[in-house]
Amino acid sequence: MRSFVPEYDLIAAKHLPEALHILSSGEGWRPIAGGTDLMVLFNAGKLPWRRLASVSETEELRRVVTSSDCVSIGAAITYSEIRQSPILQAEFPLLCQSASWTGSIANQNRGTLGGNIANASPAADSAPVLLAYDAELELRSVGGTRLIPYAEFHLGYKSMQLREDELIVQIHLPRPLCDVRQYGRKVGTRKAQAISKVSLAATAVVENGTIIDVRIAMGSVAPVPLRCQETEAVLRGERLTPTLQARARDTLLREIQPISDIRSTSEYRAMVAANLLGEYLESLS
Amino acid sequence: MEYRLVGTAVPRKEAGRKVSGTAEYVDDVRLPEMLHGVTVRSTIPRGHIRKISFDGAIPWHEFVIVDARDIPGKNVVSLIYDDQPYLAAERVNHPQEPILLLAHADKHLLERARQNVHIEYEPLPAVFHLEEALAAETVIWGEDNVFKRYTIEKGEVDAMWSEAAFIVEGEYSTGAQEQLYIEPNGMIATFGAEGVTIRGSMQCPFYVQKALMALFGLPAEKVRVIQQETGGAFGGKEEYPSMLAGHAALLALKSGKPVKMVYDREEDMAATTKRHPSKTRHRTAVTSDGRLLAMEVEFSIDGGAYATLSGVVLSRGTIHSCGPYRCDNVRVRSVAVATNAPPHGAFRGFGAPQSLFALERHMDKIARTVGLEPDEFRARNLLRTGDSTATGQVIKDPIDLVRLQSRALDSIGYHEKRRRFPVENARSRRKKGIGFATFFHGAGFTGSGERFLQSVVTLEARAANRVRVLTSMTEMGQGTNTVLAQIAGEALGLCYEQVEVTNPDTAEVPNSGPTVASRTAMVVGKLVENAAREMKAKLPSHDFAALGPLRVTVQYKEPPGIFWDDALYRGEAYGAFSYATYAAEVTVDTLTGEVEVNDFVALQEVGRVLHPVLATGQIEGGVAQGIGMALYEKVVWRDGVMVNNQMTNYVMPTSADIPNIRVYFEEIPYEHGAMGAKGIGELPMDGPVPAVLNAIENAIGIDFDHAPVLPEDVLAKLAKRRVA
Repeated sequence: MRSFVPEYDLIAAKHLPEALHILSSGEGWRPIAGGTDLMVLFNAGKLPWRRLASVSETEELRRVVTSSDCVSIGAAITYSEIRQSPILQAEFPLLCQSASWTGSIANQNRGTLGGNIANASPAADSAPVLLAYDAELELRSVGGTRLIPYAEFHLGYKSMQLREDELIVQIHLPRPLCDVRQYGRKVGTRKAQAISKVSLAATAVVENGTIIDVRIAMGSVAPVPLRCQETEAVLRGERLTPTLQARARDTLLREIQPISDIRSTSEYRAMVAANLLGEYLESLS
Repeated sequence: MEYRLVGTAVPRKEAGRKVSGTAEYVDDVRLPEMLHGVTVRSTIPRGHIRKISFDGAIPWHEFVIVDARDIPGKNVVSLIYDDQPYLAAERVNHPQEPILLLAHADKHLLERARQNVHIEYEPLPAVFHLEEALAAETVIWGEDNVFKRYTIEKGEVDAMWSEAAFIVEGEYSTGAQEQLYIEPNGMIATFGAEGVTIRGSMQCPFYVQKALMALFGLPAEKVRVIQQETGGAFGGKEEYPSMLAGHAALLALKSGKPVKMVYDREEDMAATTKRHPSKTRHRTAVTSDGRLLAMEVEFSIDGGAYATLSGVVLSRGTIHSCGPYRCDNVRVRSVAVATNAPPHGAFRGFGAPQSLFALERHMDKIARTVGLEPDEFRARNLLRTGDSTATGQVIKDPIDLVRLQSRALDSIGYHEKRRRFPVENARSRRKKGIGFATFFHGAGFTGSGERFLQSVVTLEARAANRVRVLTSMTEMGQGTNTVLAQIAGEALGLCYEQVEVTNPDTAEVPNSGPTVASRTAMVVGKLVENAAREMKAKLPSHDFAALGPLRVTVQYKEPPGIFWDDALYRGEAYGAFSYATYAAEVTVDTLTGEVEVNDFVALQEVGRVLHPVLATGQIEGGVAQGIGMALYEKVVWRDGVMVNNQMTNYVMPTSADIPNIRVYFEEIPYEHGAMGAKGIGELPMDGPVPAVLNAIENAIGIDFDHAPVLPEDVLAKLAKRRVA
């Protein structure tokens, strides 16, 4: 333990209004849920926030609500709960799949979807999936509620549209209206307990060999989880041909900005990104 | 011979306390008034210490602070050469080198204080790579950066090149590897009128004792070393505990209180020893029908900043570098050099995994050059009874290595898969391949080592028909307590439960040597067997109570007919070799470069298997570590610093990455090993890396010459080949 424990304070909010009240106090309280990211920083002596408000026990954040056009996931829902949810398994299988990629079973029992979003890692396992499902985030403060498309949430590396007094309360996923072709693959450092080197999640509607609509998102290839809109634009409305696949691949390689770091190289990430896109497009034809 | 206990899977002696959570590891121990200790370490690879300042709002007067001036005896970690200080005084030679020690009752305040010690340096030029060290343009150790050199000469190598039908050359390298024992290093020291007492996680209590005697200028009876329950070691707790125990003891001496020092994972990975990085060059002369005419090997290892055990690691790597093959003309030249990294040290296999990796990759390369199947080429050259190794050691075992190799390959369906995979691979992005390695591992200390050790064990008969085994062999998860009790019980005709194995405590047990070199069961186990037989001869019945306490002590005597020449490096290098063929089946995903090991067969001849479950566990664990070394575990260095010193970024394989490992034994009892046992602990580390890389070559036709092979390497080579 490399942090100086007496310097840290923790309080647990009993319900959502209390949590929002604490965050609005201007006293520097930051939310903590499962702690699977923050406690690692804490142990390493690298956690910058000294005042933590736990929202894990906040009942309002612990529900999955299904309406006719939308499934709304409480931000404090854990990966394990996502993996076990029948509605998510049936309609958003990539989300369940990505939850199974994250950390260990112990991590999955504690880590939450809202925490994964707010930790804002470009390598977050759930992020490309949420982008591919066109998720919308519901942010709340004592001042009110706002809805932000998840594709617009991340502004830069660890920078996001989330004020200090705001909490992510729900993640809304629009329910699919027709048959959607889904693909998700994580390339990590090993098969379990791994951080992704590259990940790709995609959904598409294909009719008679023509791509009616497509959403492609990637992790670990840019400062933020990246929705690959230029690549999507190349594909949308087109018939799947080898020429189109090559164009999409070239566009993707221009659109991503992978780096070399302790886990991998920019060259590897670029090659794998293109290869995963290729694998997906081939699965559509 | 029929045995009652040996060869059966009796419960482990310490299983109950481990399963119930009552086993006491060093971090579980709390002594009255105990302080915690931490280490302030260098942040540069090489330079002079100019200024140390104690900053921040820290109540420094509450702290016990130790530097090199507080050392009462010699400021060296006494091992082989006296070159490594306990605490750097004026100069540092690697990052993470200990400079100051701090102690305080409050662990958290202590950590904060550590962060507020600032040290100014005047940097000196540093050396980070083997080649740089050998070039010796910058000299950082001795006169030429060389810790140790060896040469093995056999026959007339130079005369053979002109006779060769093929001359095959290759260069192979391996990286550092972290032992990753589950329990980090930890020690508690107390100082009193009776001297210093150490409790901690360790492999070799008498190494720690010897080092502390020099550090404090104390006689042996004033330095007591007690092993706590130890959560794994793999060589990583062979020499480093002497350093940590000394640090804790220095703080205990100055504070007058017990001091506990336990590293966290980050510190343990960054500061303590790892497997030596290596480079091997092979040049081999082969006849047109695939027989080895001459082998020339250059083997070099990076020892880090101080000599520690590098010379000994080099020795084992050197002797194993020509493997279990018959070749009349051999020249091996080897060297261990200094770089400004934390010292590399003992790790399961001890140099042999490095040089055997090179050899077993090279054997596949020769087979390809000659146009023979890898198994056929090896079969033509494997040692037979009566042949001699590179050092001239004549193989006396009635071992048939060709048959052993065939059995392993049949078990994995090698030939059928060599035919089938290329056909299937042509249709798939996931390419399958199969490869193997045939190898041996010498058990016990090298050459005259066991003779110099003069190991001693004692058996003590006590009331109620109970016997105690007293040795310095440590239980670190591998099963020492269990197999020594089996051996003693077997020889005495007692039940397993009647034999107790004493926890190593230098005040109580004799020096049976270190728990290293696959020597516990074979060498020390034999001493236990001999002592037990002697005791049984003295006791007509098992009514020990009637006879009163009886102690029998025996000492190692070299078996007859063993000759080793330390100067020429010729003769009987090891009392016995264990032999093996390991075969791996892999799948290479050409989209991602990921390699998955799908099946693994490990067949070995290890003499008598004393405990089938423990023996199988040893093999499985070694293979898993080997797969880690082959495909996952890469230490990322930046100027002598391990920068991926976390389990997130230093990637060891999980159970999800390891296939079902199929373990098979052949047993040819070895007369000088306990009940016929030979060494087993290190053998399984030697084979997996070349077997896996040979399988990768079979899958995608790319011959990797370094380990680990990461997906990045695979994809880069595949892309390069596409362009070509």
